[in-house]
Amino acid sequence: MNRLTFDKENAICGAFFVLCGLIFGYQSLQVDLGSWLRIGPGGMPLVLSGLLILMGVVIFVGAINVGGEPIGKIAWRGMFFILLAPIIFGLTVRGLGFVGAVFVTSLFASFASYRMKWWVAPILAAALAVFSLIVFSYGLGLPFERVGPWLRF
Amino acid sequence: MDLFSNLALGFSTASSLYNIAFCLIGVLLGTLIGVLPGIGATATIAMLLPITFQIGDPVSSLIMLAGIYYGAQYGGSTTAILINMPGESSSAVTAIDGYQMARKGRAGVALATAAIGSFFAGSVATVLIALFAPPLTTIALKFGSAEYCSLMVVGLVMSVALAHGSVVKAVAMVILGLLLGLVGQDVISGAPRLNFGMTQLGDQLNFVALAVGLFGIAEILRNLEDERTREVLMSKVTGLMPTKEDFKRMAMPILRGTGLGSALGILPGNGAVLAAFASYTIEKRMAKDPHEFGHGAIEGVAGPESANNAGAQTSFIPMLTLGIPANPVMALMIGAMIIQGIVPGPNVAAERPALFWGLIASMWIGNLLLVILNLPLIGLWVKLLKVPYYVLFPTIMAFCSIGVYSVNSNIWDLYAVAFFGLLGYFLVKLRCEPAPLLLGFVLGPLLEENLRRAMILSRGDPTTFVTRPISAGLLLLAVAVLVVVFLPSVRRKREEVFVEDE
Repeated sequence: MNRLTFDKENAICGAFFVLCGLIFGYQSLQVDLGSWLRIGPGGMPLVLSGLLILMGVVIFVGAINVGGEPIGKIAWRGMFFILLAPIIFGLTVRGLGFVGAVFVTSLFASFASYRMKWWVAPILAAALAVFSLIVFSYGLGLPFERVGPWLRF
Repeated sequence: MDLFSNLALGFSTASSLYNIAFCLIGVLLGTLIGVLPGIGATATIAMLLPITFQIGDPVSSLIMLAGIYYGAQYGGSTTAILINMPGESSSAVTAIDGYQMARKGRAGVALATAAIGSFFAGSVATVLIALFAPPLTTIALKFGSAEYCSLMVVGLVMSVALAHGSVVKAVAMVILGLLLGLVGQDVISGAPRLNFGMTQLGDQLNFVALAVGLFGIAEILRNLEDERTREVLMSKVTGLMPTKEDFKRMAMPILRGTGLGSALGILPGNGAVLAAFASYTIEKRMAKDPHEFGHGAIEGVAGPESANNAGAQTSFIPMLTLGIPANPVMALMIGAMIIQGIVPGPNVAAERPALFWGLIASMWIGNLLLVILNLPLIGLWVKLLKVPYYVLFPTIMAFCSIGVYSVNSNIWDLYAVAFFGLLGYFLVKLRCEPAPLLLGFVLGPLLEENLRRAMILSRGDPTTFVTRPISAGLLLLAVAVLVVVFLPSVRRKREEVFVEDE
């Protein structure tokens, strides 16, 4: 019966803050710490990292021997499609141009929902591409290439 | 009188056709996102922030962003009343009695009460800003680096005190925010630091990418966990006009709510939310028949709605006069100013009077527009409630990609959005609130710069922070707040308040 139990949520949370503190602390030691008179670029980050580690430890210790609620559902599918969407925009905006990138990005993001019907997605994406073209490109004059080199013949 | 010439300047700036148009766009957009599920004012402003730079004129873009903010408060109360689902956290209290009124067929009256209360509170708060901003600015101009440091510490401590959930977690989030704010080039020595050797990060982490990721993307992911359709109770709203009896009953709650909201809104941290709760509690206590509360008491709508609107308005005071944000939206406004090349702080009033007073005047105009537009448009908003969520978020993703990329056409910023989205979602899952982190991020560089300058000015003597009276007073205040927050009785009470909020 002497096994340690943890409130998972807070244990992870504490560990995460400690880890962040260590990373930032290590990095601030790479630059000049300075003196009281002239605090260097590493001074404040080092102090803050120390405080962050302290907070992390407090949270972690508070999690020991406490039964916590389990961490709720995680939107795996949502994470995959939503987090990749801006990356896809970044990868395609130079090549496909503004209109193409908006289309591909919103089409991809559409699949994050279980409820999306397959035929709605391309219509929505096309509508968004046209809307963005009119509002952002013509209306607000964002300086993007409308059609990129990949689509030119 | 200075006040009148200033206000005249403000109104002439804000009532130009161009600025009224942006104010209108702002309040309409704000109401829209207040009504739509799963996307809040902070996220929207973060996404639209970069696009507003294309407007060119900083006055117009700030007017529009402000419009989104208080427009969202209106929209949020509409959904709170009609479907018992507050669109914004500040209207959570409105849902209690507002929804009950709607169920009794008095939805129209509830909406009208909310609108009247908000408009009155907004008007009073506008005058208060005009009255109090100039003297505060004068005081702020006398602040040295040490005072500024201490003031920022107060701001950060307050944001911790008013954050939801665990205090220790909120402190950790502030510190993490401060650290993230320091990533990149050191302002004073120019040395690169804390960047993992990634020079693509540039001289600072991109503020817009961070805000969009933490507030926008994380919010979308949280909504995708559990997809459900919303049921709309009312399809038609009739009988907007309150009766004479209603007017009598709402007058005092509106007055008290306005006072309370104006006072609490100035405090750093989300004063508007707190004000709404406080107002509800007071009205319940002062009512002749407290049992009516929870069953459609008009006072329970009038008070909190006035309080949250007044609080939303006066939260502009610290931002405009001191350059210190009271809540995440104000942090975004400061970000907007910085990117437009304006240094936030007490100098704004003197150097850009048109911007300062124009923004203040536009708030009154915006509130007026909201009253005129919202009541007739209510049918449209009700229809919008039926827009399915799966149509919304591809749209949001497209706009936020465009927005972030348009800041400086840097593809790395888009990768940063994905990264901060992941971080934001992770933190939400661990029940860490992102608001203190954002405040820390905005204040990090300012705090460090002033701290270092103060140390140089005091010849390396750290006691400068406690020997200068104003600075010492501010630090004492910060310590007092921290002590109070950690008191067991306050802690329990605080948890109660914020649990209700969710």
